[in-house]
Amino acid sequence: MTLRLDGISAGYGPVQVLFDLSLEARPGEVLCLLGRNGAGKTTTLKAIMGLLPLMSGRVLLGAAELSAMPAHEVPKHGIGYIPQGRRLFTELTVAENIEVGLLARGRGAETREKVLTMFPRLRERLSQRAETLSGGEQQMLATARALCLEPEVLLLDEPTEGLQPSMISLIRDTVDVMRDAGVAIILVEQRIEAVLNLADRVAFIENGHGREVVDVEVLRRDKALLQKYVGI
Amino acid sequence: MEFGPHLILAILEGAVGAAVLALTALGLSLVFGIMRVVNVAHGEFFMLGAIVAWWVATSIAGHPALGFVAAAVVAPLVAGGVAVLGDRLVLKRVHYDPEATIVATIGILYIIQQLALMTYGPEARPVEPPFNSRIALPWFEFGETGFEIYYPWGFGTTTYKLFVIGAAAVILVGFWLFLSRSRIGLVMRATQLDREMATAFGIPVSRVYSLVFGLGAALAALAAVLIVPIQQAHYLMGGDPLLLSFIVVIIGGLGSIRGTIVAAVLIGLSDGIISVFFSPTLAKIIATLLVALVLVFRPQGLFGKKPA
Ligand SMILES: Nc1ncnc2c1ncn2[C@@H]1O[C@H](COP(=O)(O)OP(=O)(O)OP(=O)(O)O)[C@@H](O)[C@H]1O
Ligand SMILES: [Mg+2]
Repeated sequence: MTLRLDGISAGYGPVQVLFDLSLEARPGEVLCLLGRNGAGKTTTLKAIMGLLPLMSGRVLLGAAELSAMPAHEVPKHGIGYIPQGRRLFTELTVAENIEVGLLARGRGAETREKVLTMFPRLRERLSQRAETLSGGEQQMLATARALCLEPEVLLLDEPTEGLQPSMISLIRDTVDVMRDAGVAIILVEQRIEAVLNLADRVAFIENGHGREVVDVEVLRRDKALLQKYVGI
Repeated sequence: MEFGPHLILAILEGAVGAAVLALTALGLSLVFGIMRVVNVAHGEFFMLGAIVAWWVATSIAGHPALGFVAAAVVAPLVAGGVAVLGDRLVLKRVHYDPEATIVATIGILYIIQQLALMTYGPEARPVEPPFNSRIALPWFEFGETGFEIYYPWGFGTTTYKLFVIGAAAVILVGFWLFLSRSRIGLVMRATQLDREMATAFGIPVSRVYSLVFGLGAALAALAAVLIVPIQQAHYLMGGDPLLLSFIVVIIGGLGSIRGTIVAAVLIGLSDGIISVFFSPTLAKIIATLLVALVLVFRPQGLFGKKPA
């Protein structure tokens, strides 16, 4: 199903961060959000999750208006969130973190098996507390937790931040698998070569305003937009 | 009486106090740990439990055990229900703001207390224990005739006091299993760790908060049901358990369940022993001094984590 942001404005308390932003993430497609630090990428994902009150605009999944629901209903519609900095339940075990993911949409042992098969390292560490995992393992767990929803939409906020190459390619593979399964994916990513490899389309954000949305081909041929919005 | 038996009596008294205190403080600790709300009205839920227990026990005819069992079911439900109402009507509306909730729960304290005075009255009233046989305890000495077992006069306890200690232990273990093994327990712990991520994974945080506030009050009420056959129900009886619970929660470490229970046993026992040998006032002075020392030298409590 297509996720649509329809002219949303949002912020923290009285401080407005997003201004009339419109985006569309289609099934089986990776939409990358690009913008400088503080442009409002994380804020956009939080607004989708209903974690921030909208000042105006709507967030729609198919015909369902997510922005009209209480925030805890949003994941039940199949939005999986992998937040910046992972935000695991640090004092819970790996198994319990996964259990929380499963509870969100009432998924059971079958989904759990599927997810653990994707991340065998987690299976070996089920009774370990999340905070004792290595950075890469924590990112795996954050990803696994979101996949436990069997999401139709996946939001990834800088999933490769601070990871070594082998871990990065694992995350990339996961994104590919999800795309091929028809999931609509919004990916916030700072590494340009990762963006060029993974994205189908790229949306630029500048100071909370939506700018050009282009096919990734355009960026491969011409780096001018990158220069303009992220300075490289 | 000799020192040995005297000490054991003091320990038994202390253990009864510790048992009830552990339950009460657990409620306070749970509410603070998960909701970050300092519930100043906690003692009033204790009092509410006691007077509802009196009311239920006296309105049920027949064996006192019937009334007691009914009270043990009804009193926590009533106190929990009132707490859930307070959460929905007051705490939720101030968005669980830490400072606002302190003032709000002070308000709740006075409302419950004055309502109790208006309806239940200023009298202290006892509840009949479900069973209460005296047990004489044996002691020994090495006299002229060698090793000898005898029963010193006044050295004994009651079956009910032993029951209070056992019941509290069972409830504590049960509650720990509930928190660590059940699905609702998992949801509560996830909410405690990261409220925003809990929401992002479908947990209805405000409903969890209502449940936690209700559970905290129900634990206090249950503690009161256990103690009210030994003490009496009175509309001002909430002050002491509130103070002691705060002492326990601070010493144990805010939000740490294990610390709360260890500290409750520590404070309950020493309170009992010092009260018997010296005076209850001295016991309170020492406990308060201990809090001051903990706050100065280990502000996170014995079992709390250092804030990052
Ligand atoms: N909790 C908050 N309270 C107030 N302002 C905030 C809060 N979180 C973010 N902001 C502000 O909102 C703006 C956008 O922040 P956001 O985190 O969305 O940026 P970002 O594009 O994700 O940046 P980065 O690339 O550094 O992750 C920033 O100016 C930031 O200071
Ligand atoms: Mg960000």
